[in-house]
Amino acid sequence: MTTSAPAHQPDRKPVRLPWAILLERRLEIPRWLPVATTIGAVVVALVISGVILWFAGGDPIAIFIHIVRSSFGSLGVLSDTLVMATPLILTGLACALAFRMRLWNIGAEGQFLMGAWGASAVVLIPIVPAGTPSIITIPLMMAGGMAAGGVYGAIPGILKAFRGVNEIIVTLMLNYIAALWIAYWVFGPWSEAGFQLTAQFPKEAWLPRLSDYSSAVPAFSGLTVHLGLIFGLVAAMLVRFLLFRSRSGYEIRLIGDSPRAARYAGINVARNTVIVFALSGALAGLAGMSEVSGVVHRLQQAISPGYGFTAIIVAYIAKLHPYGVVVASIAFGALILAGREIQPSGIPAMIQGIILFCLIASEVVLRYRVRLERRMA
Amino acid sequence: MDPTIILAAGVASGTVLLFAAVGEIFAERAGVINLGVEGMMLIGAVVAFGTAVATGNAWLGLVLGTLAGGLLAVLHAVITISFQAEQVVSGLALTFLGTGLARVLGEDLSKAGAIALLPTLTIPGLAAVPAIGPILFTDQSVLVYVGYIVVPMAWYWINRTRPGLHLRAVGESPTAADTLGVDVYRLRYAYVVVGGLFAGLAGATITLAISPGWFGDLTVNGQGWIAIAIVIFAQWGVGRAALGAYAFAAIQRLLIDIQGPEQLFGFPNPFYVNHTLTFFLGMVPYVLIIAVLVAVSGEAIRKRIGAPAALGISYVRGERGH
Amino acid sequence: MTLELVIPDPRLAVEMRGIVRRFPGVVANDGVDFDLRVGEVHALLGENGAGKSTLMNVLDGLYRPDAGEIMVGGQPVEFRSPRDAIAAGLGMVHQHFALVPTQTVTENVLIGLDRPRFRIDIGRYDDEVAELAARHGLGVDPRARIWQLSVGEQQRVEILKMLYRGARILILDEPTAVLAPQEAQDLFRTLRSMVADGTSVVFISHKLGEVAQIADRVTVMRRGKVTASGIPISETTTAGLARLMIGRDVVETIERTPFDTGPVVLSMRDVEAESDRGLPALRGISLEVRAGEILGVAGVAGNGQSELAQVLTGLRHCSRGSVTVNGVEVGNRTPRDAINEHVAHVPEDRTGVGSAPNLSIADNLIMKSYREAPVSRHWSIDTGAVRRFANRLRETYSIAAPSVETETRLLSGGNLQRLILAREIASEPRLMVAVQPTRGLDVGAIVTVHRLLLDQRQAGSATILISEDLDEILALADRVAVIYEGRLVGLFDAADADVAEIGLRMTGGMASRPPEPGDAPRIVP
Repeated sequence: MTTSAPAHQPDRKPVRLPWAILLERRLEIPRWLPVATTIGAVVVALVISGVILWFAGGDPIAIFIHIVRSSFGSLGVLSDTLVMATPLILTGLACALAFRMRLWNIGAEGQFLMGAWGASAVVLIPIVPAGTPSIITIPLMMAGGMAAGGVYGAIPGILKAFRGVNEIIVTLMLNYIAALWIAYWVFGPWSEAGFQLTAQFPKEAWLPRLSDYSSAVPAFSGLTVHLGLIFGLVAAMLVRFLLFRSRSGYEIRLIGDSPRAARYAGINVARNTVIVFALSGALAGLAGMSEVSGVVHRLQQAISPGYGFTAIIVAYIAKLHPYGVVVASIAFGALILAGREIQPSGIPAMIQGIILFCLIASEVVLRYRVRLERRMA
Repeated sequence: MDPTIILAAGVASGTVLLFAAVGEIFAERAGVINLGVEGMMLIGAVVAFGTAVATGNAWLGLVLGTLAGGLLAVLHAVITISFQAEQVVSGLALTFLGTGLARVLGEDLSKAGAIALLPTLTIPGLAAVPAIGPILFTDQSVLVYVGYIVVPMAWYWINRTRPGLHLRAVGESPTAADTLGVDVYRLRYAYVVVGGLFAGLAGATITLAISPGWFGDLTVNGQGWIAIAIVIFAQWGVGRAALGAYAFAAIQRLLIDIQGPEQLFGFPNPFYVNHTLTFFLGMVPYVLIIAVLVAVSGEAIRKRIGAPAALGISYVRGERGH
Repeated sequence: MTLELVIPDPRLAVEMRGIVRRFPGVVANDGVDFDLRVGEVHALLGENGAGKSTLMNVLDGLYRPDAGEIMVGGQPVEFRSPRDAIAAGLGMVHQHFALVPTQTVTENVLIGLDRPRFRIDIGRYDDEVAELAARHGLGVDPRARIWQLSVGEQQRVEILKMLYRGARILILDEPTAVLAPQEAQDLFRTLRSMVADGTSVVFISHKLGEVAQIADRVTVMRRGKVTASGIPISETTTAGLARLMIGRDVVETIERTPFDTGPVVLSMRDVEAESDRGLPALRGISLEVRAGEILGVAGVAGNGQSELAQVLTGLRHCSRGSVTVNGVEVGNRTPRDAINEHVAHVPEDRTGVGSAPNLSIADNLIMKSYREAPVSRHWSIDTGAVRRFANRLRETYSIAAPSVETETRLLSGGNLQRLILAREIASEPRLMVAVQPTRGLDVGAIVTVHRLLLDQRQAGSATILISEDLDEILALADRVAVIYEGRLVGLFDAADADVAEIGLRMTGGMASRPPEPGDAPRIVP
């Protein structure tokens, strides 16, 4: 046992705030605390949102009840919620993976759109002739979506790795470019009789839904949950394995915590940057594929109500843990689903912002023990 | 396709980017990234426009819109400076919150009719200067002239005054500044709020002067993000930010004007013939931003210059940063 | 009820009574008394971790005492920040300088002042600073930017800052730690002239020799308590001070077995490299280190030591020359190539480079071995094997932590260094590059680190020990190389090394410099 050196590295860091609160650095974090603070933060956020709604003349209780009822109230709406959650799971995983390495991929939205485009290209260019069976079409669409999203994601990765270009700005700009790219195709070459959408995909390009089996299981009738949900769940397991059980995951976590330590450990940071960005883009691209192939069945301009942005919050709420992403996605799927009927339309976005704020504010509780300062008069 | 009109329009709408970029430079020079510019601009825009609609007084709208931006920035300051949360995430949260809140507040504003705008001015004498006069001093909004004044003032403040010295010290080496009795927390709070005020002003400039009206998110339409890109392009310098803002806005205007004529340089105008091609024209500004960032980061690596050393790092008293 | 009358003593610049300052689990100052007379140099002597810096940080207003009272110039004071302290004429120069690298000397001097009110007429202040510097023999260009200055010059800027603020009481925290012997003598001359002017100086140190040379009186601290209070230096002996400081008579001497070298492991030929700022940092370094040998590299901070270590470990490219380990070229390759050649690295920056603070101890221990069995197989990492590997190292190297899942940032400095050494030694090094391996550690940890390095030498690894602590180098190294401005300017056998000669070379004095192979004169821009 040796003595520590308190004079040089004091364990307690008093922080002077504009108000009289003393923060003490925690020496150990109890296992239950992160989960508790997350739940606490969400509750606080909902209370704050409720107060704002109340001030705006709404009835917050009624709105929250409405949200819960219209998203979990019956098997039918639960299924709709899961449909909403599907793209969030995949884009949320995309963000969680990148954020683990402290790569700020704000471009899941653009990668989602490019993924949708890549998947659509398989049937619309067409790469496979009409009438090709699902067993070939669907995997090709998955490959197309992931490839398009992955390549699109690799762009900011390459620029960051080799030129040190700020990835936040690049991914944001790429979001705008992707939206214009989609617009070009649905207004131009792929326009269906001058409308701003493409022709509906052939049935072979549709992901199977539960309702497709309603003849065998009558209870499935009307349930829109599609195979994309399975993609999401499998992806969550794969990402978890990647992060916590693989060499690459170790490298990602090490770079995320300290790029200089990672270089010291012999890790090629630039290569990992490109790979993780590409993987992140591929996950978001798969979300886009799952959406066009499982829900919309065509490419059109408004295929995302901002999944790629909500994914950022989802990843954070999950503390960047893949299984947490699944849970958080279902909650946010509900919020988006119910939010479509809430007026004014900005309320869901506002609630998302407040939740994210409360979450990051709550992290102070993890790092510090908060105490009221007792001043000597 | 008149260069004078394009440049004059560039200076006018560049003023929006200019205000937002200058505000962000203040915050980042103090060591705090605020990615919530878009959200703060939206709030500034909607509050300014709403006030003008309700009271008929555009000046009051300008003041309240500016203050609203500053108010939202306080939130970012509390979270990142006091709670030491990740600045990037807090900024994103601010964008979400600002966007949602602006939509809620702007619920009925899209149907609002014409409002009294801020006045435009032509400066006698200066307007007659050939080439420059018609671009800079003819029929421009009063806020454009405010922009002309803000740039040298901000430069002077940062580089030639005692508060500016402290601002730079706090962003480069908060530990050193703190040891010498500079209140790091207070200064960071102050400059984050200043950044918010400028963003609010930028938003108000849109709805009260440059392109009046409330069109939801499209009112600001990503200009907050472009302002942040301009800050990087400008390498945290005010003068270069102004140049970037005006030039970018002029290019945007050029891209719109280019779609008009049937003939371009004696050839049939492809954008006139095939309208869907204009989507590619729309990509140009974003591609340009990326290209400029790539070029600038090359320059930064070569000259070994860059962001304020403590940018993005929460300051905790007693912990030694590097 | 009695009224206690405090009669101020005009000869006392500072009086501290019963100071208590606690940190979780430790009482850093346990009822400490200290006084400083006007016009004296008062040394505060003690080992690392004895509580010297904490006491002075309390005096400077950086920490608030949990109990006790402080009087400055006979007046009770309660400083809330260093700013209050400086207003009372009290300034502290820390071990880590508080300077803004991108600003000029004058700008750094002006930070935090109330004047000028608004506009800074920089020319006028440049002149003032130049004049003040000249008056105290603190030669430095007021227009230079801090990053362009040597460490010694930066220290002068720190002192200038305090003097410009009218400090009459100066606290210097281990000021010679970063200086070469000759620079330290310059500092002592400056301090003497300031004291003659009526300035009072607190001189924090753990080096007995310099305390005896500069101080008028000495206060010794051990484990948060004062063991000798304000005794005149003339009444002390080195042995007596050592006993008061360490609490035992014998300073542990390091036992070394005779020098028995093997084949050449590391060979550097004419290596040149640039610093982060693109300036030449290494200007033609050639050296060899054999198995079973420790080569000490002595030098003043910032003369290319960091770059040397980085070139050896693949972290920095060299613009010329070659680096081979066991005949295999590792220069201008990647860190991975160096690791594959069993080059171990105990880096200078333990928290920034040597560890990932928010990852677990286990994750930090596998940094060099995660690519190999048993820790990983093909693509997957075997968490059970990781835990066994980490627990084995934790026990072997007595890393004090609740478990290997504990986050690394919670380790004390000594334990973190044990972790790093454990990991590096476990990688079976052929070449060990150790940079400032004991800086900031307490005595117990220093002894451990020294023992581990000597064990490695015994085990036949070649070691380069880069240190600014000449005593450490002389205690451990078999040969001593002196580095100055990126060149090797001397190579000595440790057995018959002349400290004065080494000190002279460290500051660029090349009086009797013998020619070195590969050290041909070269004109550097």
